[in-house]
Amino acid sequence: MSYVKGLKCRECERVYPKEPLYVCEYCFGPLEVDYDYEKIKKKLTKKEIESRPKNLWRYRELMPIDGEPTDGLNSGFTPLIRARNLEEALGVKELYIKDDSVNHPTLSFKDRVVAVALSKAKEFGFNTVACASTGNLANSVAAQAAVANLKRYIFIPADLEMGKVVGALIYNPVLVAVEGNYDQVNRLCAEIATKYKWAFVNINIRPYYAEGSKTYGYEIAEQLGWKAPRHIIVPCAGGSLITKIWKGLKEFYKLQLIDKVDTKIYAAQATGCAPIVTAVKENSDIIKPVKPDTIAKSLAIGNPADGVYAVGTVKESGGWAEDVSDDEIVEAMKLLAQTEGIFTETAGGVTVGVTKKLIEQGRIPKDESIIISITGNGLKTQEAVAEKIGKPIKIKSNIASFEENVKE
Amino acid sequence: MSITVRVPTPLQKLTQNQGEVKVSGANIKELIEDLEKKFPGIKGRICDEKGKVRRFINIYVNEEDIRFLQMDDTPLKDGDEVSIIPAIAGGR
Repeated sequence: MSYVKGLKCRECERVYPKEPLYVCEYCFGPLEVDYDYEKIKKKLTKKEIESRPKNLWRYRELMPIDGEPTDGLNSGFTPLIRARNLEEALGVKELYIKDDSVNHPTLSFKDRVVAVALSKAKEFGFNTVACASTGNLANSVAAQAAVANLKRYIFIPADLEMGKVVGALIYNPVLVAVEGNYDQVNRLCAEIATKYKWAFVNINIRPYYAEGSKTYGYEIAEQLGWKAPRHIIVPCAGGSLITKIWKGLKEFYKLQLIDKVDTKIYAAQATGCAPIVTAVKENSDIIKPVKPDTIAKSLAIGNPADGVYAVGTVKESGGWAEDVSDDEIVEAMKLLAQTEGIFTETAGGVTVGVTKKLIEQGRIPKDESIIISITGNGLKTQEAVAEKIGKPIKIKSNIASFEENVKE
Repeated sequence: MSITVRVPTPLQKLTQNQGEVKVSGANIKELIEDLEKKFPGIKGRICDEKGKVRRFINIYVNEEDIRFLQMDDTPLKDGDEVSIIPAIAGGR
């Protein structure tokens, strides 16, 4: 049963059939999946959703597939954690962590989008999948395509963290390390995608793939007891996730699954790569591309594809945007670990650091519900903190040595 | 003077399905004019009504984004390679 009418250009609203297309032939605007919400409304009730298994496919009618889901059957429905220690540290009343650092199978929110992308790629009949990635997407495509028995080509910037390289290679993809930054990898992939008939999950499958990110927002609303949060801080690289969380909340409202959307959305970036934050602060509709220089490599996209929509989302919701330095990122990673026991990657340091900053600035009030998006796992980016968290105390295997070196 | 332009799929209907074409021009503006002369209708797709490159199109000269160079005044020389790429791809 399909609830998808087709694709529609976000800019000029021309309609296209359900095919592996991603860009409007006329104005080059992005194509977006167009659903039959009337039909969905009849089927998708709170009761129906709650009766289903705890994975991202519990919102299946709002996903762009025609058949049954085939991939990522254990992905999504990650914990929403009430962060009481961090509340105290930041001086706020109601704070939650949406924790995709424990998403299945590869410990990042990318497991959501890849579940959808591969299900869709198979419907289209592709036998090869590919992606350009800053790491997390590489890991997820490599893993889930291995399960799906698809050929897999993965393109990464050559300077990626070892954890992310190993986390891709273990699944035996063709892993191509391109000299240059993500934007250069991505440009190359866009050219490769026109020559080879592959399912590039973030290029020709993009309209479908990106829909998977909506489930991050759906889950937050469901886990809060079917209501939207007042404030949510979202990491931005290409700007897709923040846009889709907003879309997801608005869809839930349209389907009367939540009563209202009074959410303010905040974009978080690293100071060394903050084109979206800059555009918000300068109230500009144009995104000036930058050359990234930050330890938050998963967010190091200087030319964000969905940048204009990310800025639009922030403005429409009445939110704001902020960036943090590499040192602030590390401090925030330590703060989250030492208050809530969650070891997030650098991107999580960005959202926690930005949240702290926005609270200090008074942009986010202290007595309303706040969600911090944690989208990746710290074990993948150990280089960022390895030299900044101390060393184990070495002792000999006797009591005297223990008491000499360790005893309080 | 000959410059190689890599044409994205949505525009290849205008270039007789060629993914690469040879044109000339001293800068990006002139290059777009020459493209239009050889493949009528293509300029209206690359540029908006005001003649500016559409915001969902990225243009690269020898792999460098023209927004880091001199936008559509970016100079070109014989043998340069220009890529026209839809902006919508990639990223979180």
